[in-house]
Amino acid sequence: MTGTPRGTILVIGGGISGITAAVEASEAGCEVVLVERQAFLGGRVARSHQYFPKMCPPHCGLEINLRRVKTNPRVRCLTLAEVEEISGGPGHYYVRIRQHPRRVNEKCTVCGACVDACPVERPDDFNLGMTSTKAIYQPYEMAFPMRLAIDEATCLGPECGKCLPACPFDAIDLTMQAATVELDVQAVIVATGWAPFDAARIAGLGFGTVPNVITNVMMERVATRTGPTGGNIVRPSDGKPVQSVAFVQCAGSRDDNYLRHCSGVCCLGSLKQARYVRAQYPEADIYIFYIDIRAPGRLEDFYAASQADERLHLIKGKVAKITEDAATGMLAVEAEDTLTGEPVRQPVDLVVLATGIVPSDTSGIRIEGGLRTDAHGFLTREQGSGGLLVAGCATRPSDVATCVRDATGAVAKALQFCTE
Amino acid sequence: MEKTVAVYLCRGCGIGASLDLEALRTVATDEFGVAQCRDHPCLCGAEGRELIRQDVLAGVQAPVVAACSPRFMTEIFTFDGCRTERVSLREQVVWTHTPNDEDTQMLAEDYLRMGIVRAQKAELPEPFQEAIDKTILVVGGGVSGMTAALDAARAGYQIVLVEKEPQLGGWMAKFSRQIPHRPPYRDLEASDAAAQVAEVQGHDRITVHTGTVIERITGQPGQFDVTLRTNGTSSACRVGSIVQATGWKPYDATRLGHLGYGHSPNVITNVQMEAMLASGKITRPADGKPARRIAFIQCAGSRDQNHLPYCSAVCCRVTIKQALLARELDPETEAYVLYKDIRTPAQYEDFYRKAQEDPGIFFTKAEVVGVDVVGDHDLRVSAENTLLGKQIQVEADLVVLATGMVPVSTDGEALRRYNDACAVVAKGEAGAQLETAQATVAELQHLDGTAILNLDYRQGPDLPALRHEFPDSHFICFPYETRRTGIYAAGCVRGPLDAQLAREDGAGAALKAIQAVELAERGSAVHPRWGDMSYPDFFLQRCTQCKRCTEECPFGTLNEDAKGTPQLNSIRCRRCGICLGACPERIISFKDYSVDIISSMIKAVHIPDEFEEKPRLLGLLCENDAYPSLDTAALRRHQYSADIRFIPVRCLGSVNIVWIADALSRGYDGILLIGCKSGDDYQCHFIRGSELMQTRSSNIREKLKQLALEEERVRLEQLSIADFDRLPEIINEFAEQITEIGLNPFKGS
Repeated sequence: MTGTPRGTILVIGGGISGITAAVEASEAGCEVVLVERQAFLGGRVARSHQYFPKMCPPHCGLEINLRRVKTNPRVRCLTLAEVEEISGGPGHYYVRIRQHPRRVNEKCTVCGACVDACPVERPDDFNLGMTSTKAIYQPYEMAFPMRLAIDEATCLGPECGKCLPACPFDAIDLTMQAATVELDVQAVIVATGWAPFDAARIAGLGFGTVPNVITNVMMERVATRTGPTGGNIVRPSDGKPVQSVAFVQCAGSRDDNYLRHCSGVCCLGSLKQARYVRAQYPEADIYIFYIDIRAPGRLEDFYAASQADERLHLIKGKVAKITEDAATGMLAVEAEDTLTGEPVRQPVDLVVLATGIVPSDTSGIRIEGGLRTDAHGFLTREQGSGGLLVAGCATRPSDVATCVRDATGAVAKALQFCTE
Repeated sequence: MEKTVAVYLCRGCGIGASLDLEALRTVATDEFGVAQCRDHPCLCGAEGRELIRQDVLAGVQAPVVAACSPRFMTEIFTFDGCRTERVSLREQVVWTHTPNDEDTQMLAEDYLRMGIVRAQKAELPEPFQEAIDKTILVVGGGVSGMTAALDAARAGYQIVLVEKEPQLGGWMAKFSRQIPHRPPYRDLEASDAAAQVAEVQGHDRITVHTGTVIERITGQPGQFDVTLRTNGTSSACRVGSIVQATGWKPYDATRLGHLGYGHSPNVITNVQMEAMLASGKITRPADGKPARRIAFIQCAGSRDQNHLPYCSAVCCRVTIKQALLARELDPETEAYVLYKDIRTPAQYEDFYRKAQEDPGIFFTKAEVVGVDVVGDHDLRVSAENTLLGKQIQVEADLVVLATGMVPVSTDGEALRRYNDACAVVAKGEAGAQLETAQATVAELQHLDGTAILNLDYRQGPDLPALRHEFPDSHFICFPYETRRTGIYAAGCVRGPLDAQLAREDGAGAALKAIQAVELAERGSAVHPRWGDMSYPDFFLQRCTQCKRCTEECPFGTLNEDAKGTPQLNSIRCRRCGICLGACPERIISFKDYSVDIISSMIKAVHIPDEFEEKPRLLGLLCENDAYPSLDTAALRRHQYSADIRFIPVRCLGSVNIVWIADALSRGYDGILLIGCKSGDDYQCHFIRGSELMQTRSSNIREKLKQLALEEERVRLEQLSIADFDRLPEIINEFAEQITEIGLNPFKGS
């Protein structure tokens, strides 16, 4: 048997791992159904400003990958869709998918006339709530599918209907209902990714109550030209430029009270974000409070280059408390420098919490015996049946290149169930 | 030859309201005499698509769809058996320029002319299909190589597995236990190497050659002819793609004298420690007494600019494993771990936690300043800046240096320079050439005999090395991007990895190897031009053997015969068109992308005469990054000069400077070239296209000088895809600059 791959692979999750699995499998010859819960592909990386260590935009690679999706008839892409049930076994899985209504059909040309007509504002989850969109919205400027979507939760429905006459192409259908899609597939790759840890849960660090304390995922949006501040890194409290920024590592991670695991990428994430700050503020003082700086392999080069920055101060010590001077908006970061044994109290304009990676909730997927997880909630590699594979941050906090390697490898394992 | 071209004008998305469609129709029918020209209020709707489809069925061979950017509605405007030409009236004209304006109209008409000309000239490529062998060669029988072999074999492929050692298994077979990679991530796991070896040996689709090296590989994906050498005997096989999983070797500890290695037999490496642990007895090599106080020095040679600048990634966990194992063997053992940072990412934090909970294992951050022998055989490690004090000393029976990983690889391109230089020296050329060659030989002597794959490639016998000698991918999004199509590095040869990551990487490389042969069979390019069936055609009668194409191809596609004539290996080709850009004789072309096609598009633009005072600018831009960026600028309704006419190119490296000469002699006033970032952190998807254009543009400046034209008329910009806000500024600024310089004096001549 030396055969061209046949059959269908279901990929759950349209982030970088899922997209990779889908395009790699389809280019090997398989049919692929890619299911994404959001209205667009790209997941977490689409929200990032730049990748470490190259400081290059994620959309460069996404553009190529989305072209691979668009031009390959073997990939069927379902957005706003969730897998509800998987049954059967290797080579013969039955899958039921809930297709939520987008309420905008394929006639949409993204002309934007409806957006002007819509009276409803909603928090923009793409910008982590830092801005708002209308209830009919384009997730972001390079989103694929390049089509608007209507937020089911906030749209006023046919009673409002102001968007309908605005659309010149009859592309809006406010009565569109959820549908069920049923599939038979040979293998499943679960690449459901991650969500940021809820920083408001961390005692003493002020997130949610102190405006100048933000998270690393917010920082990605803040640094981006299309983000809430037009790419300007400023103090949220008053929009003023920053002269000093502190990064608080392991905000929630490596902590028995919150996440016991290391989130794997936050050290490099903060070193990268320090570069964002440096690019805008050549004179700013940047403080990184850390337990260990974890820069494996040749990512050490990135760390070494960062250490050459004389105004980047690395302090080994876990931050205990952040307090705000309500009059000035200035923050004080309190920690113990474990090397000197001295307490540190560093005033700064802005604090970025390096919040950790939490695996996405997969409890909505009904499967016999459930999906197996470890103590941290990540999916284990060995699942109940051999054709059920796991890749990317769903199984372990990882950087992008590692996720891509992992997703590609998962396809190799899926192929054995797809050969005649 | 003449194709039936038809034009379809979309009136939707503001196109109809902003442009004089009748005038556009006149361009199509009167200037070009196209078979027909239709318009529709919404071409991308079902009715619009059906209209075109019916025409294609009725004999239209080249539909020109003048609507939105080719990046959108791609599948809707794809029709079987013909090539659709897209004219971006929406993004490049009406969304970015004043509606119902003379200049906007001229812009639209020019884009339509360019589209029609391209539709007339470009042919639907026919795939290059030959007999393809789908066997996969895996080089290296360690954990990565065995995983690659097994995964590909299970998927139905025949495997040839080559290992230079007499047995399979690699390092993992030598270690008694491994780092836990399963929940609860606390307990050492038995090595599974023996089971994997047994499975490889028992698999009926895997042929194992141990004690074997590669003598030579010729050919291309799907058609690699491999000569193996086992015990002095050669054998041959044909394979379709290759996984190089040649692994790692420990850093040479003899260079670590400052950490006591060589000064006392009681200073050993972590690899020596593995052997001791496997024997079940931890003793002091000097006197055979039990070693109960063990100091582990982390980053021994790693994260050190004088040795290995990178982090070897696994040593922290290896040390934790060894400390736990030593304690398991003898509970009275005390282990001291002196580290820079403890790097136990992700769930491996649990493994670190277990060691921290162990009362016999002590961790401290420290800068080790020396290891001294005290008395006969005792050791004393001195360290500074520790968590336990400014200066500490640790007495130890045994010091274990956590030495790092060095790839078992070579630099194919450096080897080629070395071999070329050796040839020059051997030939006894005279003068400066000989001196340069001798210097190269001296510089690269250390590479002599390091070839692994022995590829018969003009650009060297092995994969080129990237930073720190790892033949890794430069790309974050595309870690299997390779500079030698169909050959994929996997495992520790391309970066320090733990066994689990090495397994995952082996599986990933196996998939890419499978894909390479499947795509070769279909005649398709591999990433990033997946699905492209075109390939370059060389009109060799006019070749002058200048070797620019063979030198500049980033993927080693072209070999040379003795005279220097390029020999095409189509299946190695990535279809970037850099050879087309390089060729001064203009003899390289693709069916749908050639010097003539782009030249004809450039010439199709109507250049207003000098009295109209309307400058015309040409923009040649990378279709991978700059072009999407231009689309995004349009989506945000950024406005820019209507003087510029853009043509997307496969890569800026595919720009032949004759296009620039043509444009200048045609009367264009300025030329803007937009590519991706070059340099160490290059973003060019074809590695050096953008960089090559920089080199070529210095030739262009020469040319401009000869023509007594201002240098500023040709500008090279590097943009990232995220720079869509900057793009309109760049265009406008360039347009203003050209207006200041004045019109091209060759206009109308």
